[in-house]
Amino acid sequence: MAAKYDLRVFPGFRAVTLFCLAILYAPLVIVTIYSFNASPSITNWDGVSLRWYVDVFTGPDSEKFKYAARNSFIIAIIAATVATCIATLAATAILRGGRFRLRTVSFGLVSLPLMVPEIVTAVATLIFFNAIGFDRGLLTILLAHIAFCIPFAYLPISARMQGIEATYEQAAMDLYATRTLAFRRVLLPLMTPGIVSGFLLAFIVSLDDFIITNFVKGAGVETLPTAIFGAVKQGIKPNIMAISTMLLGISVVMVTLSWLVSRRDATK
Amino acid sequence: MAGGAASGGSSQSDTYAGARVWLLLPAWATLLILVVAPVGIMLVYSFLTKEFRGGVIWEFSWEAYDQFFFNRGLFGDEPPRIEWTYILIFWRSIWQAGVATLLSLAIGFPTACFIATRAPRQRPIWVFLVTIPYWVNLLIRTVSMKFLLRDNGPLNEALLGIGVISEPLHIVNTNLAVQLGLFYSYLPFMVLPIYAAVERYNFSLSEAAADLYAPRWTVLRRILLPAVKPGIVAGCILVFVPSLGSFLAPDLLGGARNFMIGSLIEEQFKGNAGNWPFGAAASMILLTLVLIILLFSARQQGRQEAR
Repeated sequence: MAAKYDLRVFPGFRAVTLFCLAILYAPLVIVTIYSFNASPSITNWDGVSLRWYVDVFTGPDSEKFKYAARNSFIIAIIAATVATCIATLAATAILRGGRFRLRTVSFGLVSLPLMVPEIVTAVATLIFFNAIGFDRGLLTILLAHIAFCIPFAYLPISARMQGIEATYEQAAMDLYATRTLAFRRVLLPLMTPGIVSGFLLAFIVSLDDFIITNFVKGAGVETLPTAIFGAVKQGIKPNIMAISTMLLGISVVMVTLSWLVSRRDATK
Repeated sequence: MAGGAASGGSSQSDTYAGARVWLLLPAWATLLILVVAPVGIMLVYSFLTKEFRGGVIWEFSWEAYDQFFFNRGLFGDEPPRIEWTYILIFWRSIWQAGVATLLSLAIGFPTACFIATRAPRQRPIWVFLVTIPYWVNLLIRTVSMKFLLRDNGPLNEALLGIGVISEPLHIVNTNLAVQLGLFYSYLPFMVLPIYAAVERYNFSLSEAAADLYAPRWTVLRRILLPAVKPGIVAGCILVFVPSLGSFLAPDLLGGARNFMIGSLIEEQFKGNAGNWPFGAAASMILLTLVLIILLFSARQQGRQEAR
Protein backbone atom coordinates (compact mmCIF):
# COMPACT_ATOMS: atom_id res chain seq x y z
CA MET A 1 0.00 0.00 0.00
CA ALA A 2 1.30 3.41 -0.89
CA ALA A 3 1.76 5.86 1.94
CA LYS A 4 -0.72 8.72 2.16
CA TYR A 5 2.14 11.11 1.75
CA ASP A 6 5.85 10.92 1.03
CA LEU A 7 7.55 10.21 4.35
CA ARG A 8 10.86 11.38 3.03
CA VAL A 9 9.55 14.91 2.79
CA PHE A 10 9.29 17.01 5.93
CA PRO A 11 7.61 20.35 5.44
CA GLY A 12 9.94 23.22 6.23
CA PHE A 13 13.17 21.24 6.02
CA ARG A 14 13.99 22.66 2.61
CA ALA A 15 13.61 26.17 3.98
CA VAL A 16 15.88 25.35 6.95
CA THR A 17 18.49 23.91 4.58
CA LEU A 18 18.47 27.04 2.45
CA PHE A 19 18.66 29.13 5.63
CA CYS A 20 21.59 26.99 6.80
CA LEU A 21 23.48 27.56 3.56
CA ALA A 22 22.65 31.26 3.72
CA ILE A 23 24.15 31.48 7.22
CA LEU A 24 27.22 29.56 6.15
CA TYR A 25 27.91 31.72 3.14
CA ALA A 26 26.59 35.16 4.11
CA PRO A 27 29.63 36.36 6.08
CA LEU A 28 32.03 35.11 3.42
CA VAL A 29 30.09 36.68 0.58
CA ILE A 30 29.78 39.99 2.42
CA VAL A 31 33.50 40.20 3.19
CA THR A 32 34.25 39.40 -0.44
CA ILE A 33 31.94 42.16 -1.61
CA TYR A 34 33.34 44.71 0.82
CA SER A 35 36.91 43.88 -0.15
CA PHE A 36 36.12 45.58 -3.46
CA ASN A 37 34.89 48.70 -1.70
CA ALA A 38 36.66 51.88 -2.81
CA SER A 39 36.10 53.65 0.51
CA PRO A 40 38.78 53.62 3.24
CA SER A 41 35.99 53.21 5.79
CA ILE A 42 34.55 49.73 6.15
CA THR A 43 31.05 51.07 6.76
CA ASN A 44 30.37 53.20 3.70
CA TRP A 45 30.06 51.83 0.22
CA ASP A 46 31.91 53.98 -2.32
CA GLY A 47 31.81 51.99 -5.51
CA VAL A 48 33.79 49.05 -6.83
CA SER A 49 37.57 49.23 -6.86
CA LEU A 50 40.63 47.01 -6.67
CA ARG A 51 42.35 49.60 -4.54
CA TRP A 52 42.76 47.40 -1.45
CA TYR A 53 44.14 44.52 -3.47
CA VAL A 54 46.77 46.86 -4.84
CA ASP A 55 47.36 48.07 -1.29
CA VAL A 56 48.05 44.51 -0.10
CA PHE A 57 50.86 44.14 -2.64
CA THR A 58 52.30 47.66 -2.66
CA GLY A 59 50.92 49.45 0.40
CA PRO A 60 52.76 50.23 3.67
CA ASP A 61 52.02 46.77 5.10
CA SER A 62 52.91 44.87 1.95
CA GLU A 63 56.38 43.80 3.13
CA LYS A 64 54.93 42.32 6.30
CA PHE A 65 52.24 40.46 4.39
CA LYS A 66 54.64 39.17 1.75
CA TYR A 67 56.98 37.86 4.42
CA ALA A 68 54.07 36.21 6.27
CA ALA A 69 52.68 34.75 3.05
CA ARG A 70 56.05 33.29 2.08
CA ASN A 71 56.39 31.62 5.49
CA SER A 72 52.84 30.31 5.31
CA PHE A 73 53.27 28.75 1.88
CA ILE A 74 56.69 27.22 2.58
CA ILE A 75 55.41 25.65 5.80
CA ALA A 76 52.17 24.47 4.21
CA ILE A 77 53.92 22.81 1.25
CA ILE A 78 56.51 20.99 3.37
CA ALA A 79 54.10 20.06 6.17
CA ALA A 80 51.47 18.75 3.75
CA THR A 81 54.04 16.75 1.77
CA VAL A 82 55.58 15.11 4.83
CA ALA A 83 52.19 14.49 6.48
CA THR A 84 50.85 12.93 3.27
CA CYS A 85 53.83 10.54 3.00
CA ILE A 86 53.50 9.52 6.64
CA ALA A 87 49.74 9.08 6.28
CA THR A 88 50.07 6.99 3.10
CA LEU A 89 52.52 4.59 4.75
CA ALA A 90 50.40 4.38 7.89
CA ALA A 91 47.25 3.70 5.86
CA THR A 92 49.04 0.91 3.98
CA ALA A 93 50.04 -0.73 7.27
CA ILE A 94 46.65 -0.28 8.91
CA LEU A 95 44.55 -1.41 5.92
CA ARG A 96 46.95 -3.80 4.17
CA GLY A 97 49.01 -5.13 7.06
CA GLY A 98 46.66 -7.90 8.18
CA ARG A 99 45.38 -8.10 11.73
CA PHE A 100 47.80 -7.05 14.43
CA ARG A 101 47.53 -6.06 18.02
CA LEU A 102 48.45 -2.42 17.67
CA ARG A 103 46.14 -1.82 14.71
CA THR A 104 43.38 -0.03 16.62
CA VAL A 105 45.97 1.81 18.71
CA SER A 106 47.71 2.95 15.53
CA PHE A 107 44.46 4.27 14.13
CA GLY A 108 43.72 6.01 17.41
CA LEU A 109 47.17 7.56 17.43
CA VAL A 110 46.80 8.84 13.87
CA SER A 111 43.48 10.49 14.69
CA LEU A 112 44.66 11.79 18.06
CA PRO A 113 45.30 15.38 16.87
CA LEU A 114 41.60 15.57 15.95
CA MET A 115 40.44 14.60 19.43
CA VAL A 116 42.73 16.71 21.58
CA PRO A 117 41.42 20.30 21.64
CA GLU A 118 43.64 22.46 19.47
CA ILE A 119 44.55 24.83 22.27
CA VAL A 120 45.76 21.90 24.38
CA THR A 121 47.95 20.66 21.51
CA ALA A 122 49.27 24.19 21.17
CA VAL A 123 50.15 24.51 24.87
CA ALA A 124 51.67 21.03 24.97
CA THR A 125 53.82 21.68 21.91
CA LEU A 126 55.03 25.02 23.25
CA ILE A 127 55.96 23.45 26.59
CA PHE A 128 57.64 20.53 24.83
CA PHE A 129 59.89 22.77 22.73
CA ASN A 130 60.66 24.82 25.81
CA ALA A 131 61.52 21.74 27.88
CA ILE A 132 63.96 20.34 25.33
CA GLY A 133 65.46 23.79 24.79
CA PHE A 134 64.44 24.09 21.15
CA ASP A 135 64.38 27.72 19.98
CA ARG A 136 61.01 28.79 18.64
CA GLY A 137 60.87 29.79 15.00
CA LEU A 138 59.80 28.53 11.60
CA LEU A 139 61.06 25.01 12.31
CA THR A 140 58.90 24.60 15.41
CA ILE A 141 55.84 25.75 13.44
CA LEU A 142 56.68 23.26 10.71
CA LEU A 143 57.09 20.32 13.11
CA ALA A 144 53.84 21.13 14.90
CA HIS A 145 52.00 21.42 11.58
CA ILE A 146 53.30 18.06 10.32
CA ALA A 147 51.85 16.28 13.35
CA PHE A 148 48.58 18.19 13.21
CA CYS A 149 48.10 17.59 9.45
CA ILE A 150 48.51 13.79 9.58
CA PRO A 151 44.85 12.92 10.33
CA PHE A 152 43.58 15.31 7.67
CA ALA A 153 45.77 13.60 5.08
CA TYR A 154 45.01 10.15 6.47
CA LEU A 155 41.21 10.24 6.23
CA PRO A 156 40.82 10.67 2.43
CA ILE A 157 43.76 8.33 1.79
CA SER A 158 42.33 5.52 3.91
CA ALA A 159 38.85 6.09 2.47
CA ARG A 160 40.31 5.61 -0.99
CA MET A 161 42.38 2.57 0.00
CA GLN A 162 39.32 0.90 1.49
CA GLY A 163 37.72 1.13 -1.95
CA ILE A 164 40.58 -0.69 -3.71
CA GLU A 165 40.35 -4.43 -3.55
CA ALA A 166 43.47 -6.30 -2.54
CA THR A 167 43.15 -8.57 -5.58
CA TYR A 168 44.99 -6.02 -7.75
CA GLU A 169 48.19 -6.26 -5.76
CA GLN A 170 47.78 -10.00 -5.34
CA ALA A 171 47.50 -10.37 -9.12
CA ALA A 172 50.67 -8.33 -9.55
CA MET A 173 52.49 -10.47 -7.03
CA ASP A 174 51.23 -13.69 -8.66
CA LEU A 175 53.00 -12.39 -11.74
CA TYR A 176 56.23 -12.20 -9.71
CA ALA A 177 56.16 -8.52 -8.84
CA THR A 178 57.93 -7.89 -5.56
CA ARG A 179 55.97 -6.30 -2.75
CA THR A 180 57.70 -2.99 -3.38
CA LEU A 181 56.95 -3.15 -7.07
CA ALA A 182 53.29 -4.02 -6.44
CA PHE A 183 53.08 -1.07 -4.11
CA ARG A 184 54.73 1.35 -6.51
CA ARG A 185 53.17 0.23 -9.76
CA VAL A 186 49.73 -0.98 -8.68
CA LEU A 187 48.60 0.34 -5.32
CA LEU A 188 50.13 3.81 -5.54
CA PRO A 189 48.63 4.74 -8.95
CA LEU A 190 45.22 3.53 -7.80
CA MET A 191 45.67 5.57 -4.63
CA THR A 192 46.55 8.80 -6.43
CA PRO A 193 43.15 10.50 -6.10
CA GLY A 194 43.09 9.84 -2.35
CA ILE A 195 46.66 11.01 -1.93
CA VAL A 196 46.08 14.22 -3.89
CA SER A 197 42.92 14.90 -1.96
CA GLY A 198 44.69 14.24 1.36
CA PHE A 199 47.59 16.51 0.39
CA LEU A 200 45.26 19.37 -0.52
CA LEU A 201 43.33 19.11 2.73
CA ALA A 202 46.54 18.96 4.77
CA PHE A 203 47.80 21.98 2.83
CA ILE A 204 44.74 24.08 3.68
CA VAL A 205 44.79 22.99 7.31
CA SER A 206 48.40 24.09 7.62
CA LEU A 207 47.86 27.31 5.69
CA ASP A 208 44.87 28.22 7.87
CA ASP A 209 46.13 27.22 11.27
CA PHE A 210 46.20 30.03 13.78
CA ILE A 211 46.11 28.68 17.32
CA ILE A 212 49.04 26.26 17.24
CA THR A 213 51.12 28.63 15.12
CA ASN A 214 50.43 31.49 17.49
CA PHE A 215 51.83 29.46 20.40
CA VAL A 216 54.91 27.90 18.82
CA LYS A 217 56.07 30.73 16.60
CA GLY A 218 59.07 32.65 17.84
CA ALA A 219 59.04 36.37 18.44
CA GLY A 220 58.88 38.26 15.15
CA VAL A 221 58.01 35.19 13.08
CA GLU A 222 54.65 35.54 11.36
CA THR A 223 52.44 33.47 9.11
CA LEU A 224 49.44 34.90 7.27
CA PRO A 225 46.87 34.00 9.95
CA THR A 226 48.97 35.43 12.79
CA ALA A 227 49.66 38.58 10.75
CA ILE A 228 45.95 38.95 10.03
CA PHE A 229 45.08 38.36 13.68
CA GLY A 230 47.57 41.01 14.75
CA ALA A 231 46.07 43.48 12.29
CA VAL A 232 42.47 42.66 13.21
CA LYS A 233 43.24 43.40 16.85
CA GLN A 234 43.66 47.01 15.74
CA GLY A 235 40.33 46.96 13.93
CA ILE A 236 39.09 45.47 10.67
CA LYS A 237 40.65 47.43 7.82
CA PRO A 238 39.78 47.13 4.13
CA ASN A 239 43.16 45.65 3.18
CA ILE A 240 42.55 42.85 5.68
CA MET A 241 39.34 42.09 3.84
CA ALA A 242 41.23 41.93 0.55
CA ILE A 243 43.79 39.50 2.01
CA SER A 244 41.03 37.46 3.61
CA THR A 245 39.20 37.24 0.31
CA MET A 246 42.34 35.97 -1.43
CA LEU A 247 42.96 33.34 1.25
CA LEU A 248 39.30 32.40 1.13
CA GLY A 249 39.59 31.99 -2.63
CA ILE A 250 42.63 29.73 -2.28
CA SER A 251 40.81 27.53 0.24
CA VAL A 252 37.71 27.24 -1.91
CA VAL A 253 39.73 26.38 -5.02
CA MET A 254 41.77 23.76 -3.17
CA VAL A 255 38.76 22.10 -1.55
CA THR A 256 36.96 22.05 -4.86
CA LEU A 257 40.00 20.45 -6.53
CA SER A 258 40.27 17.92 -3.72
CA TRP A 259 36.58 17.11 -4.07
CA LEU A 260 36.71 16.77 -7.86
CA VAL A 261 39.77 14.51 -7.67
CA SER A 262 38.28 12.23 -5.04
CA ARG A 263 34.97 12.15 -6.93
CA ARG A 264 36.52 11.05 -10.18
CA ASP A 265 37.33 7.65 -8.73
CA ALA A 266 33.77 7.17 -7.51
CA THR A 267 32.48 7.29 -11.07
CA LYS A 268 35.26 5.18 -12.51
CA MET B 1 35.72 11.23 13.33
CA ALA B 2 36.91 7.81 14.37
CA GLY B 3 34.54 5.70 12.29
CA GLY B 4 35.30 3.33 9.50
CA ALA B 5 38.96 2.84 8.99
CA ALA B 6 39.61 0.65 12.01
CA SER B 7 36.68 -1.62 11.37
CA GLY B 8 38.08 -2.69 8.01
CA GLY B 9 36.25 -4.31 5.13
CA SER B 10 36.65 -6.54 2.13
CA SER B 11 39.61 -4.53 0.95
CA GLN B 12 41.58 -5.59 4.01
CA SER B 13 44.54 -7.83 3.31
CA ASP B 14 47.89 -8.80 4.76
CA THR B 15 49.93 -8.02 1.65
CA TYR B 16 52.19 -5.67 3.57
CA ALA B 17 52.10 -7.44 6.93
CA GLY B 18 55.86 -8.01 6.80
CA ALA B 19 56.64 -4.34 6.31
CA ARG B 20 54.10 -2.87 8.69
CA VAL B 21 56.63 -1.97 11.37
CA TRP B 22 58.50 0.21 8.89
CA LEU B 23 55.31 1.61 7.40
CA LEU B 24 53.99 2.63 10.79
CA LEU B 25 57.27 3.86 12.19
CA PRO B 26 57.12 7.42 10.78
CA ALA B 27 53.56 7.96 12.00
CA TRP B 28 54.26 6.52 15.44
CA ALA B 29 57.50 8.47 15.80
CA THR B 30 55.97 11.78 14.70
CA LEU B 31 52.86 11.50 16.82
CA LEU B 32 54.55 10.07 19.90
CA ILE B 33 57.23 12.75 19.85
CA LEU B 34 55.05 15.70 18.81
CA VAL B 35 51.69 14.95 20.46
CA VAL B 36 51.86 12.26 23.14
CA ALA B 37 55.19 13.26 24.71
CA PRO B 38 54.25 16.97 24.79
CA VAL B 39 51.00 16.17 26.61
CA GLY B 40 53.04 14.13 29.12
CA ILE B 41 55.48 16.98 29.62
CA MET B 42 52.55 19.38 29.98
CA LEU B 43 51.26 17.20 32.81
CA VAL B 44 54.67 17.41 34.47
CA TYR B 45 54.79 21.20 34.00
CA SER B 46 51.42 21.58 35.67
CA PHE B 47 53.08 20.30 38.86
CA LEU B 48 56.06 22.65 38.73
CA THR B 49 56.68 26.06 40.26
CA LYS B 50 56.12 29.13 38.13
CA GLU B 51 58.91 31.38 36.95
CA PHE B 52 57.66 34.96 36.93
CA ARG B 53 58.84 35.87 33.45
CA GLY B 54 57.21 32.80 31.87
CA GLY B 55 58.54 29.26 32.03
CA VAL B 56 59.01 27.11 35.11
CA ILE B 57 61.31 26.30 37.99
CA TRP B 58 61.94 22.57 38.34
CA GLU B 59 60.46 22.17 41.78
CA PHE B 60 57.39 20.09 42.56
CA SER B 61 54.31 22.07 43.54
CA TRP B 62 50.52 21.68 43.78
CA GLU B 63 50.28 25.44 43.43
CA ALA B 64 48.68 25.50 39.95
CA TYR B 65 45.79 23.18 40.82
CA ASP B 66 45.46 24.76 44.23
CA GLN B 67 45.12 28.19 42.64
CA PHE B 68 42.53 26.82 40.23
CA PHE B 69 40.22 25.36 42.87
CA PHE B 70 40.98 27.22 46.13
CA ASN B 71 41.32 30.74 47.37
CA ARG B 72 43.62 31.11 50.35
CA GLY B 73 43.46 34.87 50.60
CA LEU B 74 45.96 37.44 49.45
CA PHE B 75 48.85 36.08 51.51
CA GLY B 76 47.93 32.42 51.29
CA ASP B 77 47.50 31.99 55.04
CA GLU B 78 43.72 32.01 55.31
CA PRO B 79 41.75 28.76 55.40
CA PRO B 80 41.02 27.64 51.83
CA ARG B 81 37.72 28.61 50.34
CA ILE B 82 36.54 27.40 46.96
CA GLU B 83 37.78 29.73 44.24
CA TRP B 84 34.91 30.30 41.85
CA THR B 85 36.63 32.48 39.22
CA TYR B 86 38.10 29.68 37.13
CA ILE B 87 35.30 27.20 37.75
CA LEU B 88 32.93 29.88 36.47
CA ILE B 89 35.05 30.39 33.37
CA PHE B 90 34.84 26.65 32.72
CA TRP B 91 31.14 26.67 33.43
CA ARG B 92 30.62 29.60 31.05
CA SER B 93 32.57 27.76 28.36
CA ILE B 94 30.41 24.67 28.84
CA TRP B 95 27.28 26.80 28.67
CA GLN B 96 28.39 28.71 25.54
CA ALA B 97 29.46 25.50 23.81
CA GLY B 98 26.16 23.89 24.84
CA VAL B 99 24.04 26.69 23.39
CA ALA B 100 26.10 26.64 20.20
CA THR B 101 25.57 22.86 19.99
CA LEU B 102 21.80 23.19 20.40
CA LEU B 103 21.65 25.94 17.75
CA SER B 104 23.66 23.75 15.38
CA LEU B 105 21.37 20.81 16.07
CA ALA B 106 18.25 22.89 15.41
CA ILE B 107 19.58 23.98 12.01
CA GLY B 108 21.77 20.97 11.22
CA PHE B 109 19.25 18.18 11.75
CA PRO B 110 16.66 19.39 9.23
CA THR B 111 19.46 20.20 6.79
CA ALA B 112 20.95 16.72 7.13
CA CYS B 113 17.52 15.08 6.66
CA PHE B 114 16.83 17.22 3.63
CA ILE B 115 20.16 16.36 2.00
CA ALA B 116 19.85 12.65 2.79
CA THR B 117 16.47 12.50 1.08
CA ARG B 118 17.66 14.05 -2.20
CA ALA B 119 18.31 11.88 -5.25
CA PRO B 120 21.57 9.93 -4.72
CA ARG B 121 23.38 11.83 -7.45
CA GLN B 122 22.54 15.22 -5.92
CA ARG B 123 23.62 14.39 -2.37
CA PRO B 124 27.39 14.82 -2.78
CA ILE B 125 26.83 18.30 -4.20
CA TRP B 126 24.76 19.38 -1.19
CA VAL B 127 27.27 17.84 1.21
CA PHE B 128 30.06 19.63 -0.61
CA LEU B 129 28.21 22.95 -0.31
CA VAL B 130 27.91 22.44 3.43
CA THR B 131 31.59 21.52 3.87
CA ILE B 132 33.22 24.33 1.85
CA PRO B 133 32.90 26.96 4.59
CA TYR B 134 34.59 24.63 7.09
CA TRP B 135 37.76 24.68 5.01
CA VAL B 136 37.89 28.44 4.92
CA ASN B 137 40.27 29.84 7.51
CA LEU B 138 38.55 29.91 10.92
CA LEU B 139 40.12 33.28 11.68
CA ILE B 140 38.72 34.77 8.48
CA ARG B 141 35.30 33.29 9.15
CA THR B 142 35.27 34.70 12.67
CA VAL B 143 36.39 38.12 11.44
CA SER B 144 33.69 37.99 8.75
CA MET B 145 31.11 37.16 11.41
CA LYS B 146 32.25 40.13 13.46
CA PHE B 147 32.07 42.36 10.40
CA LEU B 148 28.54 41.14 9.69
CA LEU B 149 27.27 41.55 13.26
CA ARG B 150 28.83 44.94 14.06
CA ASP B 151 26.57 47.68 15.37
CA ASN B 152 26.72 49.47 12.03
CA GLY B 153 27.40 46.34 10.03
CA PRO B 154 25.46 44.88 7.12
CA LEU B 155 23.08 42.84 9.31
CA ASN B 156 21.95 45.84 11.31
CA GLU B 157 21.72 48.02 8.23
CA ALA B 158 19.60 45.44 6.47
CA LEU B 159 17.29 45.04 9.47
CA LEU B 160 17.03 48.82 9.89
CA GLY B 161 16.44 49.18 6.17
CA ILE B 162 13.43 46.87 6.13
CA GLY B 163 12.17 48.36 9.35
CA VAL B 164 12.25 45.27 11.59
CA ILE B 165 14.17 47.22 14.22
CA SER B 166 14.51 50.93 14.88
CA GLU B 167 17.77 50.79 16.86
CA PRO B 168 20.84 48.78 15.82
CA LEU B 169 21.17 45.52 17.75
CA HIS B 170 24.25 45.30 19.96
CA ILE B 171 25.45 41.78 19.30
CA VAL B 172 29.25 42.03 19.28
CA ASN B 173 30.79 41.66 22.76
CA THR B 174 27.83 39.73 24.13
CA ASN B 175 27.36 36.07 24.94
CA LEU B 176 25.08 35.79 21.95
CA ALA B 177 27.88 36.85 19.59
CA VAL B 178 30.13 34.12 20.97
CA GLN B 179 27.37 31.54 20.67
CA LEU B 180 26.65 32.59 17.09
CA GLY B 181 30.36 32.53 16.30
CA LEU B 182 30.80 29.02 17.68
CA PHE B 183 27.62 27.85 15.98
CA TYR B 184 28.87 29.26 12.71
CA SER B 185 32.37 27.78 13.14
CA TYR B 186 31.27 24.20 13.66
CA LEU B 187 27.85 23.88 12.00
CA PRO B 188 29.17 21.63 9.18
CA PHE B 189 30.33 19.14 11.84
CA MET B 190 26.74 18.73 12.97
CA VAL B 191 25.34 18.17 9.49
CA LEU B 192 27.80 15.52 8.27
CA PRO B 193 27.39 12.71 10.84
CA ILE B 194 23.60 13.16 10.98
CA TYR B 195 23.51 13.08 7.19
CA ALA B 196 25.50 9.83 7.19
CA ALA B 197 23.07 8.28 9.69
CA VAL B 198 19.89 9.40 7.89
CA GLU B 199 21.29 8.22 4.57
CA ARG B 200 21.67 4.69 5.98
CA TYR B 201 18.20 4.81 7.53
CA ASN B 202 15.65 2.56 5.88
CA PHE B 203 12.59 4.64 5.13
CA SER B 204 10.36 1.58 4.89
CA LEU B 205 10.40 1.71 8.70
CA SER B 206 8.72 5.10 8.47
CA GLU B 207 6.22 3.67 6.01
CA ALA B 208 5.44 0.80 8.34
CA ALA B 209 4.74 3.29 11.13
CA ALA B 210 2.60 5.46 8.85
CA ASP B 211 0.61 2.39 7.75
CA LEU B 212 -0.18 1.92 11.42
CA TYR B 213 -1.64 5.44 11.40
CA ALA B 214 1.28 7.27 13.02
CA PRO B 215 1.15 10.95 12.04
CA ARG B 216 4.14 12.35 10.19
CA TRP B 217 5.77 14.09 13.15
CA THR B 218 5.24 11.06 15.36
CA VAL B 219 7.09 8.98 12.78
CA LEU B 220 9.92 11.49 12.92
CA ARG B 221 10.05 11.53 16.70
CA ARG B 222 9.49 7.87 17.49
CA ILE B 223 11.04 6.06 14.53
CA LEU B 224 13.55 8.23 12.65
CA LEU B 225 15.05 10.07 15.62
CA PRO B 226 15.94 6.96 17.68
CA ALA B 227 17.35 5.28 14.57
CA VAL B 228 19.73 8.13 13.77
CA LYS B 229 20.63 8.91 17.39
CA PRO B 230 24.28 7.80 17.02
CA GLY B 231 24.69 10.37 14.24
CA ILE B 232 23.12 13.06 16.39
CA VAL B 233 25.38 12.22 19.33
CA ALA B 234 28.44 12.26 17.07
CA GLY B 235 27.41 15.63 15.61
CA CYS B 236 26.86 17.13 19.06
CA ILE B 237 30.30 15.98 20.21
CA LEU B 238 31.98 17.30 17.07
CA VAL B 239 30.46 20.72 17.73
CA PHE B 240 30.70 20.75 21.52
CA VAL B 241 34.31 19.63 21.94
CA PRO B 242 36.02 22.17 19.68
CA SER B 243 33.65 24.91 20.92
CA LEU B 244 34.70 24.21 24.49
CA GLY B 245 38.35 24.99 23.88
CA SER B 246 37.91 27.58 21.17
CA PHE B 247 39.89 30.76 21.36
CA LEU B 248 39.05 32.88 18.33
CA ALA B 249 35.29 33.25 18.71
CA PRO B 250 35.35 34.37 22.36
CA ASP B 251 38.43 36.51 21.78
CA LEU B 252 37.20 38.37 18.70
CA LEU B 253 33.43 38.34 19.24
CA GLY B 254 33.09 38.17 23.00
CA GLY B 255 35.24 40.96 24.34
CA ALA B 256 36.73 41.01 27.81
CA ARG B 257 33.61 40.08 29.78
CA ASN B 258 32.94 36.83 27.96
CA PHE B 259 36.14 35.03 28.83
CA MET B 260 36.30 31.34 28.00
CA ILE B 261 38.77 28.53 28.73
CA GLY B 262 40.74 29.15 25.55
CA SER B 263 41.44 32.78 26.45
CA LEU B 264 42.29 31.83 30.04
CA ILE B 265 44.88 29.35 28.80
CA GLU B 266 46.26 31.66 26.12
CA GLU B 267 46.74 34.45 28.63
CA GLN B 268 49.08 32.28 30.73
CA PHE B 269 51.55 31.95 27.89
CA LYS B 270 51.52 35.49 26.54
CA GLY B 271 53.16 38.55 27.91
CA ASN B 272 54.34 39.11 31.46
CA ALA B 273 51.29 37.92 33.37
CA GLY B 274 52.17 34.41 32.27
CA ASN B 275 51.90 31.50 34.65
CA TRP B 276 52.96 28.40 32.75
CA PRO B 277 52.14 25.77 35.39
CA PHE B 278 48.68 27.27 35.81
CA GLY B 279 48.15 27.29 32.02
CA ALA B 280 49.31 23.68 31.87
CA ALA B 281 46.96 22.74 34.71
CA ALA B 282 44.00 24.47 33.03
CA SER B 283 44.86 22.63 29.78
CA MET B 284 45.01 19.31 31.65
CA ILE B 285 41.61 19.96 33.20
CA LEU B 286 40.16 20.82 29.78
CA LEU B 287 41.73 17.71 28.24
CA THR B 288 40.36 15.53 31.04
CA LEU B 289 36.89 16.98 30.49
CA VAL B 290 37.10 16.26 26.76
CA LEU B 291 38.39 12.72 27.29
CA ILE B 292 35.54 11.99 29.70
CA ILE B 293 33.04 13.19 27.07
CA LEU B 294 34.70 11.09 24.35
CA LEU B 295 34.91 7.95 26.51
CA PHE B 296 31.32 8.35 27.60
CA SER B 297 30.10 8.72 24.02
CA ALA B 298 32.27 5.82 22.83
CA ARG B 299 30.64 3.62 25.47
CA GLN B 300 27.19 4.79 24.46
CA GLN B 301 27.99 4.19 20.83
CA GLY B 302 29.35 0.73 21.64
CA ARG B 303 26.19 -0.14 23.54
CA GLN B 304 24.10 1.04 20.60
CA GLU B 305 26.01 -1.25 18.24
CA ALA B 306 25.79 -4.21 20.60
CA ARG B 307 22.03 -3.95 20.54
